[in-house]
Amino acid sequence: MTTYQEFIQQNEDRDGVRFSWNLWPSSRLEATRLVVPVSCLFTPLKERPDLPPVQYEPVMCGRANCKAVLNPLCQVDFRAKIWACNFCFQRNPFPPSYAGISDVNQPAELMPQFSTIEYVVQRGPVAPLIFLYVVDTCLEEEDLQALRESLQMSLSLLPPNALVGLITFGRMVQVHELSCEGIAKSYVFRGTKELSSKQIQEMLGLMKPAVSGQQGRPAAPQDPSATCRFLQPVHRVDMNLTDLLGELQRDPWPVPQGKRPLRSTGVALSVAVGLLEGAFPNTGARVMLFTGGPPTQGPGMVVGDELKTPIRSWHDIQKDNARHLKKSSKYYDTLANRTAVNGHSIDIYACALDQTGLLEMKCLSNLTGGHIVMGDSFNTSLFKQTFQRVFSKDYSGEFRMAFGGTMEVKTSRELKVCGAIGPCVSLGAKGPSVSENEMGVGGTSQWKVCSLNPSTTLAMFFEVVSQHNAPVPQGGRGAIQFVTQYQHSSTQRRIRVTTVARNWADAQSQIQHIESSFDQEASAVIMARLGVFRAESEEGPDVLRWLDRQLIRLFMFHLRRSPFLQVFNNSPDESSYYRHHFVRQDLTQSLIMVQPMLYSYSFHGPPEPVLLDSSSILPDRILLMDTFFQLVIYHGETIAQWRKAGYQEMAEYENFKQLLQAPLDDAQEILQTRFPMPRYVDTEHGGSQARFLLSKVNPSQTHNNSNGWTQEPGAPILTDDVSLQVFMDHLKKLAVSSST
Amino acid sequence: MNVNQQTPMASPYGQPQPGYGQPGYGAGYPAPYAPYNNPASVYQPGAPPQGPLRGPPTSVPAPVSAAPQAYSHYGQGEMQNGPPPGSQAPPRPAVSQPYNQGAVNLSGPPQPYPQQYGAPPPMQQVTNQMTGMQISTGPPTAAGPGYAPPHSSQPPTSAAYSIAPHPAYTQGPPPASMAPSQPPPPRDPAPPQPYYGGPPPPQHPASSASAAPLPPPPSSHQSFPPTSYPGPQAPLPAGPQAPLPPGPQAQPPYAQGPPPPGSQPHYAPAPPHAHGSYPAARGPPPPSQPGPYPPAGPPPTSAPPGHYQGTMPPQPPAGQPATYHSGPPPPRAQMPPSSMAQTNHLPPGPQGPPGPLGPPGPLQQPPPQPGMQGGYPPQQNGAFGQVRGPQPGYPGPYPGQQNYGPQAPAPAAQAQKRLDPDAIPSPIQVIEDDRVKTTEPFTTGVRGQAPPLVTSNFHVKDQGNASPRFVRCTAYNMPCTADMAKQSQVPLAAVIKPLATLPPDETPPYLVDHGEAGPIRCNRCKAYMCPYMQFIEGGRRFQCGFCSCVSDVPPHYFQHLDHTGKRVDCYDRPELSLGSYEFLATVDYCKNNKLPQPPAFIFLIDVSYNAVKSGMVNIVCQELKTLLDHLPRENPEMDSVVRVGFVTYNKVLHFYNVKASLAQPQMLVVSDVADMFVPLLDGFLVNVKESRMVIDSLLDQIPEMFADTRETETVFGPVIQAGLEALKAADCAGKLFVFHTSLPIAEAPGKLKNREDKKLIGTDKEKSLFQPQVGFYSTLAKDCVAQGCCVDLFLFPNQYVDVATLGVVPVSTGGSVYKYTYFQAQSDRERFLNDLRRNVEKPMGFDAVLRVRTSTGIRATDFFGSFFMSNTTDVELAGLDCDKTVTVEFRHDDKLSEETGALMQCAVLYTSCSGQRRLRVHNMAVNCCSQLADLYRNCETDTIINFFSKYAFRSVLTSPTKTVREGLVNQCAAILACYRKNCASPSSAGQLILPECMKLLPVYLNCVLKSDVLLPAADVSLDDRAYLRQLLSGMDVSESHVFFYPRLLPLMKLEGDSLPLAVRDSEERLSKGGAYLLETGLHLFLWVGANAQQELLLNIFGTPSFGQIDPNLTSLPVLDNPFSKRLREIVDAFRAQRSRYMKLIVVKQEDKAELIFRHFLVEDKNASGGASYVDFLCHMHKEIRQLLS
Repeated sequence: MTTYQEFIQQNEDRDGVRFSWNLWPSSRLEATRLVVPVSCLFTPLKERPDLPPVQYEPVMCGRANCKAVLNPLCQVDFRAKIWACNFCFQRNPFPPSYAGISDVNQPAELMPQFSTIEYVVQRGPVAPLIFLYVVDTCLEEEDLQALRESLQMSLSLLPPNALVGLITFGRMVQVHELSCEGIAKSYVFRGTKELSSKQIQEMLGLMKPAVSGQQGRPAAPQDPSATCRFLQPVHRVDMNLTDLLGELQRDPWPVPQGKRPLRSTGVALSVAVGLLEGAFPNTGARVMLFTGGPPTQGPGMVVGDELKTPIRSWHDIQKDNARHLKKSSKYYDTLANRTAVNGHSIDIYACALDQTGLLEMKCLSNLTGGHIVMGDSFNTSLFKQTFQRVFSKDYSGEFRMAFGGTMEVKTSRELKVCGAIGPCVSLGAKGPSVSENEMGVGGTSQWKVCSLNPSTTLAMFFEVVSQHNAPVPQGGRGAIQFVTQYQHSSTQRRIRVTTVARNWADAQSQIQHIESSFDQEASAVIMARLGVFRAESEEGPDVLRWLDRQLIRLFMFHLRRSPFLQVFNNSPDESSYYRHHFVRQDLTQSLIMVQPMLYSYSFHGPPEPVLLDSSSILPDRILLMDTFFQLVIYHGETIAQWRKAGYQEMAEYENFKQLLQAPLDDAQEILQTRFPMPRYVDTEHGGSQARFLLSKVNPSQTHNNSNGWTQEPGAPILTDDVSLQVFMDHLKKLAVSSST
Repeated sequence: MNVNQQTPMASPYGQPQPGYGQPGYGAGYPAPYAPYNNPASVYQPGAPPQGPLRGPPTSVPAPVSAAPQAYSHYGQGEMQNGPPPGSQAPPRPAVSQPYNQGAVNLSGPPQPYPQQYGAPPPMQQVTNQMTGMQISTGPPTAAGPGYAPPHSSQPPTSAAYSIAPHPAYTQGPPPASMAPSQPPPPRDPAPPQPYYGGPPPPQHPASSASAAPLPPPPSSHQSFPPTSYPGPQAPLPAGPQAPLPPGPQAQPPYAQGPPPPGSQPHYAPAPPHAHGSYPAARGPPPPSQPGPYPPAGPPPTSAPPGHYQGTMPPQPPAGQPATYHSGPPPPRAQMPPSSMAQTNHLPPGPQGPPGPLGPPGPLQQPPPQPGMQGGYPPQQNGAFGQVRGPQPGYPGPYPGQQNYGPQAPAPAAQAQKRLDPDAIPSPIQVIEDDRVKTTEPFTTGVRGQAPPLVTSNFHVKDQGNASPRFVRCTAYNMPCTADMAKQSQVPLAAVIKPLATLPPDETPPYLVDHGEAGPIRCNRCKAYMCPYMQFIEGGRRFQCGFCSCVSDVPPHYFQHLDHTGKRVDCYDRPELSLGSYEFLATVDYCKNNKLPQPPAFIFLIDVSYNAVKSGMVNIVCQELKTLLDHLPRENPEMDSVVRVGFVTYNKVLHFYNVKASLAQPQMLVVSDVADMFVPLLDGFLVNVKESRMVIDSLLDQIPEMFADTRETETVFGPVIQAGLEALKAADCAGKLFVFHTSLPIAEAPGKLKNREDKKLIGTDKEKSLFQPQVGFYSTLAKDCVAQGCCVDLFLFPNQYVDVATLGVVPVSTGGSVYKYTYFQAQSDRERFLNDLRRNVEKPMGFDAVLRVRTSTGIRATDFFGSFFMSNTTDVELAGLDCDKTVTVEFRHDDKLSEETGALMQCAVLYTSCSGQRRLRVHNMAVNCCSQLADLYRNCETDTIINFFSKYAFRSVLTSPTKTVREGLVNQCAAILACYRKNCASPSSAGQLILPECMKLLPVYLNCVLKSDVLLPAADVSLDDRAYLRQLLSGMDVSESHVFFYPRLLPLMKLEGDSLPLAVRDSEERLSKGGAYLLETGLHLFLWVGANAQQELLLNIFGTPSFGQIDPNLTSLPVLDNPFSKRLREIVDAFRAQRSRYMKLIVVKQEDKAELIFRHFLVEDKNASGGASYVDFLCHMHKEIRQLLS
């Protein structure tokens, strides 16, 4: 028997699932006592190079409210050609195509190694992918130029048959028609007026109400010729669009002194959503918003155009002094839900030095699975490379993106699903396996995940419903099946089915077993997600208190200090940004986010991970810190002096040069794969950018406790935050007192 | 009075008579006739033919000479009549004649009166009438004594003319039988004679004798019926008159007239003085004709003598109206005219003096009727003569009666027929007379001087008052008090065309720059520095001519005064010496205290299915390419600074970005028509030169882009909103050119529905059809005005588009509406393009405010035109072009003084096409009078009609058209009645006496009443009516003149550089063998008679046969012959004269299209119930008589 460690790893590799507990307590009461709920992190599209999709459709249980998919856990009677559903115990005959099934001739889905299997659905129309660029033109010329280039470049990255569209906005919103020759044509919307989807479609000429009515077809908005005007296959309008982007002017309306440019982001998005809604409902589509500032007019306005009124800060929000916050949040929330219903997703690429209103707009991406990328300027590699990476391909040359996914969870009778936390919205599917107890997005057994990539990870929460007095028979297993339907980037519709099972354990008799089946990392991330989810909807301090009550181990200290829960020193936009990524990244990345990694480079040996502690900051070390969002290379005082002196240029100090180079290489490696691109900082002792490091480390030495004469190594931090040591002391005290 | 008149008449006549030498008639009447004849002849060239002509000739000459004089008097002011001191007597006659005739005609019915009046009215007409009257007078004399007798007698006479005249008219009429009344006429004839005979037995004989002869003549003259009258008058005419047996009778009276001769003597005495003007009649007073008039009081006015009613009292009884009618109806149309003539004639007839008349008669009307003429002259002169005759008998008082007497006779003749059209005042004659008379440049220095008619060519020298090209007044001698004004009912108004284009030989207003402080103004009323400011205290202060407030002269403006109290630099400064000039405005005069941006032109083109299909889109786009090189500019050397923008639309709007830096234009579609906005700023309004390439490319592509459109619905309100928003965004004023095809039924603000409902026409609800359907456009217009956004609308409808509503914005913003119904690229292209070109190129101002300041005592109270007013004093014009006029009505709020006169200053603040803010100032001073006669001597009928029509056309918005029509008739009747009552010399109530300067009022008024707006024909669409209604509101006097009374040119002979003499707008003036050109300012018809000579056809069309003429021709074939060349020149000249291009329509006689053409023959009865001139005149007369009784 392998260790749990291995077991966990194995399961993650195969199914993309990590449970907080790998043995499940057999009754509700015991489960509740465990504090950390039975839950898992599930990565629906975990990359499985070794798993070729099967070219047929899944066999499903015939019971109407079950519809579970045939899986290796099912009991099969090869003779009778019957299988029993392991969720509802319904006995189902195999379909005719399985006539040849036998002990030795089993379909893949019955083999244990195919607990995760992907089917390709052959039926149905093939819908092209759609990319709709929504571009802010209220940019500085330099930024706009960079953006133009990025966009033009992106055309070459798109699948040739993908449909592409362009909406630009500033004071007005322009929907560009791509099909016409000669005169460039665009439809213009006023940036201050909220329009219904129907109005938008009418104004774009997408609806022929009278005609469709006559034909007796329910309003069929799929008038190809009409929609084609705005969304054209890339290969056909490549040149045209390149020119169009090339001629993109800055918003021509004058911006008076002391004013912000008028930016109609809200309307632009609503037009984009309306356009897709009318033309391509339930087809994979990506709205990509590029904005260089906050929406300043119309619905969704985040801040007025008066420069003297600064954009809301956490302080304002706490004082209830953010005028537009509620209204615009609500606006974007409604918009996001509409988008999600249609299976489209919205990306936000916000590049500005000031806030851009991500706080209000975050739901657009959070609910639709879109990306949020935050940068200082479009003219930075952070943006350029991140944007490029959106179109990255996997080992088989397929885009790492999937659209319009729906994920369904089926559970065996002893379990119910409480909810999910991740880039998803509820589909409101009630059923026997839905718990009344909601955690995250609950009350349903199906979620829509409009956009997925191989690292998209949801946290799923379950509830054990067995009564205390009816323990599960020994050796019984609880099973969970995840059925994820999605549109592959090749435009195929696919269904991935993951079926997992865990043993039940009697908490009273097998508490040690359960204890040892605990997955510390998964639990930490799951709890952190829960914390973040609450932080989004509740007051910060309350969440912290809640978290503190939940016990936890070491890195909860860092979580407490992380920007996911602490808003101090972060703008609302930043908080939104960090949280956005936290609730969708896979476990590894999430862990990095919670507790940044710190590597130390020195002449004393190979790079080694060191404690994220101020004591690790030494003069003769180079530190590499990865917080997911930032990649910081910190040169210790001595190293910095050496470097300044130019030793690395001297042949005799080749080793120093190598030392300097090592963290750079490592950083590069990280940069290669990380999405979004982290902020890359190369700094040294005393550098202003060193703050990124100093704010993360455990302040074991601060200006309060470090006396001038102590010889302790490390660097004192200027902070009033408590150090881990203090935290632990308190925690211990609390743990004891609470247990009594 | 009468006596006086008569006397004067006599004298004048006397003189002439001598000339005439003719029998009794000759003596007294001749002279008068002669004059009349002349005029008459002029009018009724045709008529003259008669033998009598000869006579006339002689007389003619005399008259001619006289005429000139007369004109001088008359011509100038109507005053003449009065003023023209004796000497002119002869002239007057001439003048008067024309008038008289007109008057006479009127009188015709009322004959008696007129004549009498005529007499009194020194005015010729009056006189004529008088003459007529006189004739009757003859009888009247009898009557005079006891009206009764006269009546009886007169009646007959009068009958001849007018109803009362019945008898008289009837007589004539009897034949005419026209009016039921006429029946009686027959009797009349008899009676008349008797009467005449009775009274003027002697004459009778003569007359009778003449009469006898007359009968025959009639045949010949028939057409001249008028002559018939003459007939009566002059035996000669008799021939012609033959038809007018009654005439003869009438004549008898005339015959009496002869006796008048005797009377003449009487007159003679008086006449001498009077001569000059009818006044001459009053001659006695002659010295100052006015003087004489004075007695007549109104006499001068009398000139207006429109009073036809020679008949006088008698008539009244008769019920002249009937007479009139009767008159007219009888014989042919002409006859009727004759009846009219009668009036005139009557006088003449009576005048027996006809002798003289006779001659004249020939000249004029039916000269044939020498008798008639006689009659006429009599009326005028004769009338007097007769009158005199009678007068003698009668003491002064009744002279009128006398008139009647005479008239009666004439009337008798007339009665039988209708009024003779040739005898009633002829617009053509008046126009021609004025044209001939106008040889000297018109200098504006003299206060209260009426300018030449709009139809005359003249040169203007600005000597302190604004040129009539800028300002025309209804009255150049305003009543001093409100009571007078109210009594006279004469509207006091000015028609101002602030930016009028001047002929090349006149200097445009100078631009004055008073520096940073801006124009010097009165401290209190803010009037601008002008020649009426009086400098005092050595030039340190000045007193305002308007409010009398004394203000300091700013140091930089100080100048010493010379010994006359004038500033030394007076003639160096336009604002001190001229009537019109401009100031450069300072920033204080600008919106938001910011110097304005140059204006912008935005072209908004409908690209719906209809627009594309009709070819409009293509034409507009093609044309714009060249047109853009001709945007208005002040300095021809420079490029225009006007920026342009383009929008196309159907159900949605397409804006175009034509920024110079673009390789291709960009189209921006705005579908949110419910909430219009401008999608772009930079690149929408561009400099033509810089963006030329892009614009050309755009204009090439627009037709292509929409070639296959199937969109039929359009919006309209949002289109204007779009233009407005664009101007707002660019912060400038400008003009929108909207090319639109259909009723905007697409869902959008300002959406309209089809509400054309023929059933409402004629009902009380009809007015609602002229009102905008929705309030949206009024609000929009207000916004447009606030921004200085002028909207010009070019409509290309195939069906109802609701011009009444669509036109609201253009009309309120100083814009124009052009309508090309059933537009077809091929046939309407030229017209449309010319209109468009002219519209784009014409000089105009933007964002203008016009204010009229007046001297204390009067106030501008009402304004008409294309503009918007947010308060009661400031006329706001988003745009003001060189063709737009504003008509201002004044009312008294205090007394005016005769010394200072009445001053008005019209100041227009506007932004020029180069973006300069300017003030144009027009000053006008008119006299003030305490005598009504002076008022009536100095009116301008064309301007009055302009005012009346604008007033009426506006009233249809609030009142049923019937009420409006009645209101107009009533007011005119009141005006004329007032004149008759207060100014004309006493005369028989049956006589129609018109003031000299208003003798065309009835005919023009009739045209207004018959216009499509007030009395629509069945085939006139509501849109057309609304269109015309709006169009008129901006017309100046010359446009409204030709609009209501079209110019009809015979084309039989085109020689030299002068135009052929126009003929009156009546079918009977058309010769089957000829071709005519008719111009209304909107339409141009070439009418070809069925029997047109081959040569003519060859010359014009290049085809010898009538049948081969293509009725669809839109332009004349270019043929290499002098005739064709000249004709085309004429057509071109006509077009050049008008602000809108007139499409040539060839109308072949008997062709369907002739119906349309006939519609413009405004002197005829029309299909929709409009009265003929003759009938209307009678009606008018009746109204006047009712007022007088």
